[in-house]
Amino acid sequence: MSPAQLETWERPATLERSVGQSVPRKEDGRLVKGQGAFTDDLWMHRMGHVHFVRSPHAHARIVDVDVSAALRVPGVYATLTGEEVRRLTDRYLQIAPEPGGRAKDYCLAVDKVRYAGEPVAAVLAETRELARDAAALVEVEYEPLPAVVDTLEACEPDAPVIHTEIGSNVGWHGVYDFGDVDWALEHADHVVRIPHLHFHRFSSTPLECNAAIVNWDPGTGQIIIESNQQMPQFAAMFMAPALGVRTDQLVFRAQDIGGAFGIKLTSYTYLTALALLSRKANRPAKWTEYRSEHLIGSAHGNERTFTDIEVPVTADGEILGFKANAYDDVGAFMRYEPLGGVIFSQVLPGCYRFKHMRVDYRTVVTNKTPVGPNRGYSRLQHLWMIERIVDLVAHELGFDPVELRKRNYIRREDFPYETPNGCVYDSGDYHAMLDRALELIDVDAWRERQKAAEGTGRRIGIGIGSTLDSGTSNFGQARIINKNLPYSGNGEAAICKLDLHGEVSVALGTVPQGQGHETTTAQVVADVLGITPDEVLVRPGHDSARNSYTAFSGTYASQFAVTGIGAALGAARAVRDDILEVASCVLEAPKEELLLYGGTVSVEGDEDRALTFAEIANLVYANQGSLPPEIADAVTLNRRFVYRAPFRVPDWRSKSGSLTLTYASQIHACVVEIEEETGRTRILDYAAVDECGTVINPQIVEGQVHGAAAHGVAAVLQETLEYDADGQLLNGTFWDYHVISPPDTPMFKTDNIPCPSPFTPTGSKGMGEGGGGPLHAVCSAIQDALRGTGAVVTDSHNPMERVWRLLHEPPSERGVEVRSR
Amino acid sequence: MSVTPATTHAITVTVNGTTYEQAVQARQLLVHFLRDTLGLRGTHIGCDSGNCGACTVIVDGKAVKSCMQLAVQADGREIETVEGLSDPLGPPDPLQAAFTRHHALQCGYCTPGMLMSAKALLEERPEPTVDEVRRGLKGNICRCTGYVNIVRAVHEVGGGPEA
Repeated sequence: MSPAQLETWERPATLERSVGQSVPRKEDGRLVKGQGAFTDDLWMHRMGHVHFVRSPHAHARIVDVDVSAALRVPGVYATLTGEEVRRLTDRYLQIAPEPGGRAKDYCLAVDKVRYAGEPVAAVLAETRELARDAAALVEVEYEPLPAVVDTLEACEPDAPVIHTEIGSNVGWHGVYDFGDVDWALEHADHVVRIPHLHFHRFSSTPLECNAAIVNWDPGTGQIIIESNQQMPQFAAMFMAPALGVRTDQLVFRAQDIGGAFGIKLTSYTYLTALALLSRKANRPAKWTEYRSEHLIGSAHGNERTFTDIEVPVTADGEILGFKANAYDDVGAFMRYEPLGGVIFSQVLPGCYRFKHMRVDYRTVVTNKTPVGPNRGYSRLQHLWMIERIVDLVAHELGFDPVELRKRNYIRREDFPYETPNGCVYDSGDYHAMLDRALELIDVDAWRERQKAAEGTGRRIGIGIGSTLDSGTSNFGQARIINKNLPYSGNGEAAICKLDLHGEVSVALGTVPQGQGHETTTAQVVADVLGITPDEVLVRPGHDSARNSYTAFSGTYASQFAVTGIGAALGAARAVRDDILEVASCVLEAPKEELLLYGGTVSVEGDEDRALTFAEIANLVYANQGSLPPEIADAVTLNRRFVYRAPFRVPDWRSKSGSLTLTYASQIHACVVEIEEETGRTRILDYAAVDECGTVINPQIVEGQVHGAAAHGVAAVLQETLEYDADGQLLNGTFWDYHVISPPDTPMFKTDNIPCPSPFTPTGSKGMGEGGGGPLHAVCSAIQDALRGTGAVVTDSHNPMERVWRLLHEPPSERGVEVRSR
Repeated sequence: MSVTPATTHAITVTVNGTTYEQAVQARQLLVHFLRDTLGLRGTHIGCDSGNCGACTVIVDGKAVKSCMQLAVQADGREIETVEGLSDPLGPPDPLQAAFTRHHALQCGYCTPGMLMSAKALLEERPEPTVDEVRRGLKGNICRCTGYVNIVRAVHEVGGGPEA
């Protein structure tokens, strides 16, 4: 889409378009004053507070649960045990086909526990403290079982089986095979072999923990759920069958959510337990997770181990593709999984023109906290592997890492680019982005300083990370992991209306957690209706009673700028058509001659002939007798629109098809300094250049880039969730889970190179997840700093100790080998 | 004669200019007193362990993590919370306005604590450098913004040129 076309995607154009400007956020007014409405801020009359009793064992049979002492405490309203849950609910549906789909998952542990921290019982009491005290009186007798913590060990035939119904710990297995990788490996000039790469477990840990108030109203049968669930209709899909209720009994509501990052997507298990307690005690049940509960009992990001990676490369530096085995460790339950087993394939070749690829993928259950789709989900693990491949090919074969990337990147003229597995990358300019990123850090100056630092005990390294943020998923990809799942496409709903006095409001199905949906929606709607964003009231958060949702509603997977904005745009256009219909009739002028500006419709060239929005609303709502019946019947000023992403059903047999609509991209460049004596790694300079199509609000886009970059830097250098051999989480508080703080975070330099998407309503692309660029870039920079030592960065987590070991105690196996013809 | 420790205590505390005389549970945390007893829910809880700073308030001029103090410890003290920065129905104060202008918040959950820490920092050091702002906010975690815009906002209010 050229800029000229962009100017006209909305007619009549306002004098000053709001889209494209850094309009101050509408949300901020209440949030900076502490007037937000987060879930823990809400109270209901007669509500009780819930505390969960959690397993101290990673794997154990439950012999007995005795709640009698807890129930004797005055002020305790009810308890709930796994045995009751088994009687009162059905197991949750499983996304996996047989045999993984046989797994039994309930809201509380039934018969046995599968991770340390799994909820075993719950207590509802008058106060939060009382619930906690009473929970300590619940006696649970366990018979410990051997735990399996290591991903590869869990795949061994003699490993303890976590879900006996599955028969092994492999919940799903699939092979993605495109091109002819065996031919490529046989004919390539070089084959680079990387025996083992490990992507570690971490979590974006939203600052607000999970929280909910659930009230099962005995009179209406409605189950009111005030929560920070980030994909309510997904939760409903699991909860309604488990509870045996209609989906429309589940009324989800949310206003302000204190971050989510995918970690709040699988909270439906806790919401189910709260619903049961509310029904049992006939009062609202409130639960606010403690941080230690959040770290041990909510969700973590996926850990992934890659083995036997082989990369065919030609003498002139063309990388022909790769083959790899991937073992995705999803913890004790496959809640959102095994979707990760297809979602990585949205970006199968990364940013590169790879032709021959084979990935043998396994979803593996272990006795660890279940995973949730953490920011960058499943793509960032895969993209990290690809960037390690490219980086190691450059280092081992002596190519310049910049030139090697440019040699293999998809080129601007290749877009729309179809990957070997049928995904269509909409637009991008990776070459220009890389150049800009290197310019922002002044790479030439750093190369000189790098040379100057040699022998000083401080090593400087320069790294590149190329990454993708694929957005607007085709839910048909679920069929690639389970051909029986009746899903495809994607969409979002919005309602736009002119209210009684002509006020414009929009209701969304999305549940923003900081992404600024109120603001960007208002910008788009304001441009359609010829008013300012200040005049548009956007109703944030999900309210299922509003009817502004589809099955895919929610805020996840980098899609709002396409689906949410598409829905708001459609609804606003329909309201505009209604306004013009009334005005055309009353002003006796054809619609083409009408101008919408400043909340008034006037006749072009004769601006005194005009109607305000208030007058139009009056005619439709309160003065219908003044309109001809055919107009009064046709016009509502209250329009629901569903944006439908243009997808077909992918082919489950070949595992190919268009899996996502947009491909935002980011190229990162960073400079690190490693202190040889200690292994301490500091970031000296950092730049991130992003591309996300038409930018609706540059400041919001930059904020998302900053946030995602901070998560990535944190993950490489300080954030990790580690377990001992018995399956005990070693860092279950913010004392030992080292969340990145202001002085740890570089002042990121950013820039944006827009390449509007030809496939979306405004040319915009979803971009909030960011693709984990720093994981690639910082690992690449550490690798560069280690040049000459022979050490190889094979882990995504590189704290001081690991870097020190790479320098001073390199493993006997180098971690990479090259076979040349 | 055995002495049974009292489980409630009477405290007198001034919050945002209003003095309260209140009986509090001995084990009640200051943050719960502010949120649940006084209904000042702008002060948030993020970690329960004094690491994240979402609960930061100003007690007698010093930034304090209100999840790390008992309500009884506030007896006789003067507390300022985010609700005291500006009139609830009026315009934002300069720090709040700078946070909006610089897009220094996304989800807004850390913001009240961040604002209180920044205010205490600026009172202690009115014209901090960028690095002083970064170090000064070390006790406050934000998971959304990557801090860059927060640092810019605080630095600007402290009179610094654009960072």
